[in-house]
Amino acid sequence: MSLLRRPDPVRDPVRFVDQRLGAASPLRATLRYVFPDHWSFMLGEIALYAFVMLVATGVFLTMYYVPDDQTVTYGGSYLPLQGRTMGAQYDSVLRLVFDVPAGNLMRQTHHWAANVFIVAIALHLARICLTGAFRRPRELNYLVGVTMLALALLEGFLGYSLIDDLLSGMGLAIAYAVAVSIPFVGDDLSFLAWGGEYPGASQFWPRMEIVHVLIVPVTIGALLSLHLVQIIRQHHTQFPGGPRSERAVVGTPMWAGYALRSIGLFLIVAGVLLLLGGLVQINPIWQWGPYETYLSTNGAQPDWYLGWLIGALRLMPPLEVRFGDFTAVPNPFWGGALYPLVVFAILYLWPWIDKRRWGDRDRHETLDRPRDNPRRTASFAALATWVFVILFAGSVDRFAFRTLISYEAQIWFLRGAALVAPLIAYRVTRRLCGELRARESHPLRGWSGTVVRRTPAGGWEQTGPAGEGEEDKEPAAR
Amino acid sequence: MRGSRLQVALAWLGLRLLRALRPKPAPPARRRAEPPEALEREPAASPGAELLVAALLLAAALAAAGFVVFYVVWPDTQLLGLCLGGALVLCGVAAALAGKRVVPQETAAEPYRALADEEKVDDVGEIVREVGDGVSRRTLLTGAAGVAGLTIGAAAVVPIASLGPGVDARIASTPWRRGRRLVDERGRALRPEQVAAGGVLLAFPEGADRDTLDAPVMLLRFAPAELELSSARRAAAPGGVIAYSRICTHAGCAVSMYRHPLYPPTAPDDALVCPCHFSTFDPRRGGAVTFGPAGRPLPQLPLELNAAGELVAAGDFIGSVGPTYGGSRQERPRA
Repeated sequence: MSLLRRPDPVRDPVRFVDQRLGAASPLRATLRYVFPDHWSFMLGEIALYAFVMLVATGVFLTMYYVPDDQTVTYGGSYLPLQGRTMGAQYDSVLRLVFDVPAGNLMRQTHHWAANVFIVAIALHLARICLTGAFRRPRELNYLVGVTMLALALLEGFLGYSLIDDLLSGMGLAIAYAVAVSIPFVGDDLSFLAWGGEYPGASQFWPRMEIVHVLIVPVTIGALLSLHLVQIIRQHHTQFPGGPRSERAVVGTPMWAGYALRSIGLFLIVAGVLLLLGGLVQINPIWQWGPYETYLSTNGAQPDWYLGWLIGALRLMPPLEVRFGDFTAVPNPFWGGALYPLVVFAILYLWPWIDKRRWGDRDRHETLDRPRDNPRRTASFAALATWVFVILFAGSVDRFAFRTLISYEAQIWFLRGAALVAPLIAYRVTRRLCGELRARESHPLRGWSGTVVRRTPAGGWEQTGPAGEGEEDKEPAAR
Repeated sequence: MRGSRLQVALAWLGLRLLRALRPKPAPPARRRAEPPEALEREPAASPGAELLVAALLLAAALAAAGFVVFYVVWPDTQLLGLCLGGALVLCGVAAALAGKRVVPQETAAEPYRALADEEKVDDVGEIVREVGDGVSRRTLLTGAAGVAGLTIGAAAVVPIASLGPGVDARIASTPWRRGRRLVDERGRALRPEQVAAGGVLLAFPEGADRDTLDAPVMLLRFAPAELELSSARRAAAPGGVIAYSRICTHAGCAVSMYRHPLYPPTAPDDALVCPCHFSTFDPRRGGAVTFGPAGRPLPQLPLELNAAGELVAAGDFIGSVGPTYGGSRQERPRA
């Protein structure tokens, strides 16, 4: 090595690290790591990037939030609430909104990011369930993913409950009622969490904050790492066709095409969340006012991802299990605890239900198109319909208000629909899958059959529309 | 003099810009590393895309600078969000475009890893079992370790009990006693004349903490003939003024809606409705559930008048206040 050698800005630092850690080889493998191309693979990435934004904006919010329920008199710059007594937590968020530059931008971006995070996870889950990506060898990663969804729902609820505005207080009251409704242990468990009977001890607030800002996010972060490590180990699944087979994953290498596109996606997700946070008002807490146990408001709705729980609480007929004056199972247990447990149990068991149904325990690296497994697709459609009919029941009061259709009549209708609609969805979806398969048409891209042409030599040649022909072929090898 | 210097600077900047815009000859293709094998590789660079990416990046820089400026001079939520969000979106579009249209486009294939290896599984099994080689008291050691593990686990879990008090009689106890006055939000004693028909008046126990589930009550007035109550309950509603717990027996929200028909022939009956899950209670029939998920009636607070003609409690609630506890004894309403 001569002293005159020109420094190389890439090789020199890599060599430095390689000489100490032997990192060049894994680094090369990383740069050449292959990502298959399909739009639906972006959904998980969007969830990941929304989580990054949640952490970034959340750190900002913790700098101002006060987890204290001491009664204070508001003296900030928002006139309509000046002189009102309220909890110190609500006061601290009002000050963040009105008196901290960019404070409301951060809060609203955080709230939007939470919504996008859960939408992206839910769609990602639908993609995984519909295409069979959960099959061997990816069952463990599927369980990690479902657990993150459950944690994300809890995290979202805790996040907006921290504020102690009128809406969030109503939500906490319901959460307490659901917690105490758990047979035999509910009262003890909720006394531990709340530090006493609702509205609970002062310690409840720092507890809820530490769970929201540390325990759950760190757990999600750890599971996220586990999720990604497993993907790196196993590689992505891919739709079969052309060179894409069970043996090799085909796509764009990390460097440079994929990395740039993924960085682009991150920046676009972050940017869109900030645009939403700046331009589209979300949870205007200053309009709700402070919460007291004896106050509530009409038209109260939780964030969309908890709508299915409030819907289940509303749909449930007034059924309780009682023996004399001994109540074994109070009503909120059915909708608030049992129903989400059943939905998550189905989700957790999904890979094993699928295995049992098809007797298929083989390793799969390629995906099924949803139509190619009509019964699996129809089952997922039934589950989704069950959840969404009940989610709709959560906002029937608003719908009744707009349409003037009696609330009671709608609830009775939806009680029936919650039982019948999944069956209808199953049959319709199954039929639809069969039709699509028979006609080989794509529901979004239209017809994609084959074209038969006469060649000048007098023979026949079969071609497909550009780029479509290959995808519809059977996988090359199993 | 200043003008000419500015002109020189502008000319220089213009020249630099022209130079930057002029396409340079592409460098020769590099040596390609080994697997994964490239199935296709072609340079995508197009001068138009390069210029567009540069323009997007400069626009992003402008928007980011705008964020800094607005943060200092006018920290308006909308402008800040527009600038920072716009900067990131522009930059993101630039990166994605660069990934698609500027850098070489490559399709590569990488073999899936072989995952299962029965031999290694056997190895692991054997290595783990080697721990017992030459150990004679295996059962004793395993048992002792198990006992130690369980007890230490229990010792680690038990302090969770410090988080909250035990569930005791406090659940059932309320601040209402016979003779306790009902006061309004400002603490003034209430008289039956203040309770108007067709409305709901919020009341609290005098001198007690209001922010609990068992303190707040609602006062309503009906003509005594309208009340379909047992004689005991009717006696607890002096002059047709009747009090119910404010807290829904379903999920603990405040029952803050009151439906009072102004034209009875076509409208449904009077009802107290909880906005959370629309449990509907009939105030003329002892708070009985007429619709919705609540499993038991709203507790009625028995009232009487003291010597000064003010409303006071005649005792504790008829029925337990607040959401029902699973697996616990709750006072059933006496009809």
